[in-house]
Amino acid sequence: MAARKIAPDTPELRAQWGSWTFNEETKAKADKAIARYPEGRQRSATMPLLDYAQRQVGAETNTQGWLPLPVIEYVAAYLDQPVIRVLEVATFYTMYNLEPVGKFHVQVCGTTPCMLRGSDDIIAACKARGMKAGHVSDDGLWSFTEVECMGNCATAPMVQINDDNYEDLTAERMDAVLDALARGEQPKTGTQEPGRHTSEPANALSNLTQMVEENHDYRGEW
Amino acid sequence: MSLADKDRIFTNVYGFQDWGLQAAQARGDWDNTKKLMEVGQDAIIDEIKASGLRGRGGAGFPTGMKWSFMPKESKDGRPSFLVINADESEPGSCKDREIIRHDPHKLVEGALIAGFAMRARAAYIYIRGEYIREAETLFAAVEQAYDAGLLGKNAAGSGYDFDVYVHRGAGAYICGEETAMIESLEGKKGQPRLKPPFPAGAGLYGCPTTVNNVESIAVVPTILRRGASWFSSFGRENNKGTKLFQISGHVNKPCVVEEAMSITFEELIEKHCGGIRGGWDNLLAVIPGGSSVPLVPGEQIRNAFMDFDGLKELGSGLGTAGVIVMDKSTDVVRAISRLSYFYKHESCGQCTPCREGTGWMWRVMKRLETGDAEIEEIDMLHQVTKQVEGHTICALGDAAAWPIQGLIKHFRPEIERRITERAGAMQEAAE
Repeated sequence: MAARKIAPDTPELRAQWGSWTFNEETKAKADKAIARYPEGRQRSATMPLLDYAQRQVGAETNTQGWLPLPVIEYVAAYLDQPVIRVLEVATFYTMYNLEPVGKFHVQVCGTTPCMLRGSDDIIAACKARGMKAGHVSDDGLWSFTEVECMGNCATAPMVQINDDNYEDLTAERMDAVLDALARGEQPKTGTQEPGRHTSEPANALSNLTQMVEENHDYRGEW
Repeated sequence: MSLADKDRIFTNVYGFQDWGLQAAQARGDWDNTKKLMEVGQDAIIDEIKASGLRGRGGAGFPTGMKWSFMPKESKDGRPSFLVINADESEPGSCKDREIIRHDPHKLVEGALIAGFAMRARAAYIYIRGEYIREAETLFAAVEQAYDAGLLGKNAAGSGYDFDVYVHRGAGAYICGEETAMIESLEGKKGQPRLKPPFPAGAGLYGCPTTVNNVESIAVVPTILRRGASWFSSFGRENNKGTKLFQISGHVNKPCVVEEAMSITFEELIEKHCGGIRGGWDNLLAVIPGGSSVPLVPGEQIRNAFMDFDGLKELGSGLGTAGVIVMDKSTDVVRAISRLSYFYKHESCGQCTPCREGTGWMWRVMKRLETGDAEIEEIDMLHQVTKQVEGHTICALGDAAAWPIQGLIKHFRPEIERRITERAGAMQEAAE
């Protein structure tokens, strides 16, 4: 099991987050999510609401966001659920941050398909910048986690930074992405391999070549 | 003979063109869906049965038969649900992502047809949390379908009311197991349920439920349009159809590609992946179906048929067709040890053999990497994998055991060499 623990419930935590509520935008999204499930099954919306809560906290703190205990309690009350029902979900799923993170959460995949394509170098590039697991850099910019398979195996190795993936990395390409983010720029997302579009054989397209130039309709050839 | 472009189902798999509704319709999606549904529920199920489609999520259960387990009418007023498994998290697998971000309307149309065939009132698509941009596309595609009258009341003019909802996960491999997925959809921890009752009897909210993989659902409209005999013209008996293969690791051009089932490994690699890095003599081993299946030594797999039966004969499996290729530069013990860490990390903690066993196996594997172990511990490790395998509610315990068993079966001399060499070095240092 993944080792997960919540931030200590201290008076400071309560003072900072005790009166936290959804803002209007989050509230609208939350109510829309609840409506996706049958009447009386609002518990199903626990996961989307925790995600929205984390994102709102992120926007308020200029980070990826996390879930302080009072925020988890607020979500539970919003769904009319006992706190433990929401807390156990927050601690079970690894995308809910249980401690503060930096502005950029650098999540490098280290599972075997990425490892075979050189994720060791990508992790080393992060460590060389002083990133380490469970630690926010002094400038508040970086948090680092080695994560499990992210499903980008044909464009490995990869990193997910907040909402975007950067694939086909080398240490140099990783440095370029991190440098751009640090400068406040948005680097190109997806594959970093020159000439590659997505997950096709790079620069050696073996099939569906007609699709490159036009939205080809193959039905005439059936 | 390899698959012709005209016979590829996912023509926009690489995303060179727009994923949106108009572009998808121009490629043939949502073309008179009403007519496909007019033949009736049982005829659709029969057609899918005749096509030979087997589930694309790993287990390979015949899709049409699975649908036929759903109740034909509700005797007690409970609705039925279709749950679509887009929690693609198996190391080596990256096909559903391409469908969702580049060809989502195939999935949404398939959801309507499949949901109609099994008499469901709604479909929930459970997409893994890490697919953030992909989920944005999927939400938008579903909304486009609603706006065009293709979903909702009288969906696509068929007279059938059907809803499709998207539910995002939040980072738990185990939710790809069907009953864990149902638990998670209900807003709980994703811990698998004991079966029986099977989901077709009591699944989501206690209602009859079928859980299907994204690819299994997304191929349905094309099968109905082109006929079961078209689909079953590809692949060997019992292994029909086309399939998205995902090749990662030490090939020259890793990629996702749709090919005919039963293509040989060599043809797949030569045709689409630019060959093995360093040539065929440099091939060490292949994990042919995602991390949960045992590895196969390179010399055995070269001429193998890439299908359910062909890989089973080699003591492995097709799984998700996530093909992880390892050349001779690979530290094979570490490659498998990293998978052991994955399973340790992803164990949900419910069953003791898995919760404790995955950690134990990983710690021993870690020592075997450097040879810091006794020779007898190899057999002990093998024995422990046998004590985990088959003794847990879901198959995660099995999935954690099999890669290690495959390693011991095929690479025992390499493990022993490390132990002996380290012992020798220690001996020398002591003298």
